[in-house]
Amino acid sequence: MNIEHESPYVYDVFGIPGFHANLSNIMMLTIAAVIVFIIGVVSARTLSMKPTGMQNAFEMVIEFVRNMIGSTMDWKTGERFFGLGITIFLFILVANLLGIPFMLINDETHVLWWKSPTADPVVTMTLAVMVIVISHFYGIKLRGAKEYGKNYFRPKKFLFPINILEEFTNTLTLGARLFGNLYAKEILLTLLATVGTAFPIGTALGIIPMVAWQGYSLFIGFIQAFIFLVLTMVYISHKVETDH
Amino acid sequence: MPSTFAFGDVLFSLFTFLILLLLLRRFAWGPIVEQMKKRENHISNEIETAENHRQEAEKYLEEQRVEMEKAREEAQSIIETSRKTAQEQSKEIIRESHEEANRMKDNALADITREREQAVEALRAQVGQLSVLIATKIIEKELDEEEQEKLIQEYVQESGGRL
Repeated sequence: MNIEHESPYVYDVFGIPGFHANLSNIMMLTIAAVIVFIIGVVSARTLSMKPTGMQNAFEMVIEFVRNMIGSTMDWKTGERFFGLGITIFLFILVANLLGIPFMLINDETHVLWWKSPTADPVVTMTLAVMVIVISHFYGIKLRGAKEYGKNYFRPKKFLFPINILEEFTNTLTLGARLFGNLYAKEILLTLLATVGTAFPIGTALGIIPMVAWQGYSLFIGFIQAFIFLVLTMVYISHKVETDH
Repeated sequence: MPSTFAFGDVLFSLFTFLILLLLLRRFAWGPIVEQMKKRENHISNEIETAENHRQEAEKYLEEQRVEMEKAREEAQSIIETSRKTAQEQSKEIIRESHEEANRMKDNALADITREREQAVEALRAQVGQLSVLIATKIIEKELDEEEQEKLIQEYVQESGGRL
């Protein structure tokens, strides 16, 4: 049984050589974004002084992100990252959860269409690099280039190479952690699904671990979104905070 | 693992993320955070108002207490004064009635004395006449009226001294 799926690549988009795109990722990212947007709009549709239902839930998320930022940096500095934080959290959370209920695979070509977009290294690394670039940008903007540069020689001068290296490892681990967890989740789900559909006894054998792993995948989805949010805020706070 | 590096995905991820961020700010957390801020202000205002009301109430309560105390003292003093006045008045009344009684007694005594004297006077006259009548009848002896009167007066005087 072949569990390696093909991705629906489009090569040389717009006729630009080397400019490829994975249509599955593009579709799933759009779906995730649309779901997050719908959740947000529904939550904010009927605002009232005494929050009910969706507004309450969304306010809980807001409070959660706020506390998260507040625990890593001063709220005055951290307030501008609130939008980034809540978008990262909800976007990654929904993207993670999308791959849990089912997968859509073209049976003939083995092309994988429906999956978690965060199970793709390109997407996760893009988000990771974006976060790191934002942290550098605000580091320079809020503290000035001089202070920003000095940061590389702290706490001791000879740690400079390690500090430089840290920037790259931070980026890599931030993206790779998310990808690794979600990819493993997808692989195992695919395996269990394959077992479940291969032969009649396999269904009985596969259904219990399938349910268990889906439950665990939910947990992974939440925890990874949470970790990504926390690390984003920690990296940013390292760059923008004056004393630590 | 994909062997092709899809740069399109990179751009699309960033694009999606940015659009989502802006849309969420405009339609979701923007208004909700606004609402939360409004609520926070409302609550803090309410707390402030409640605190003010409480202080005012305490102030009023204190004022009422002072007022009450004052009223009580006033009442006490009024009672005290009226009691004193009453006592004085009662003493006065008793004294006056004593005087009145004494005066009445004196008057009565004087009246009695005068009446007695009048009675004695009348009796004396009666006795004199009676004596003359008796004496005339008994001794049947003619006597000078004037001398006889004188004689009788002497006797009466003697006997009146014993009365």
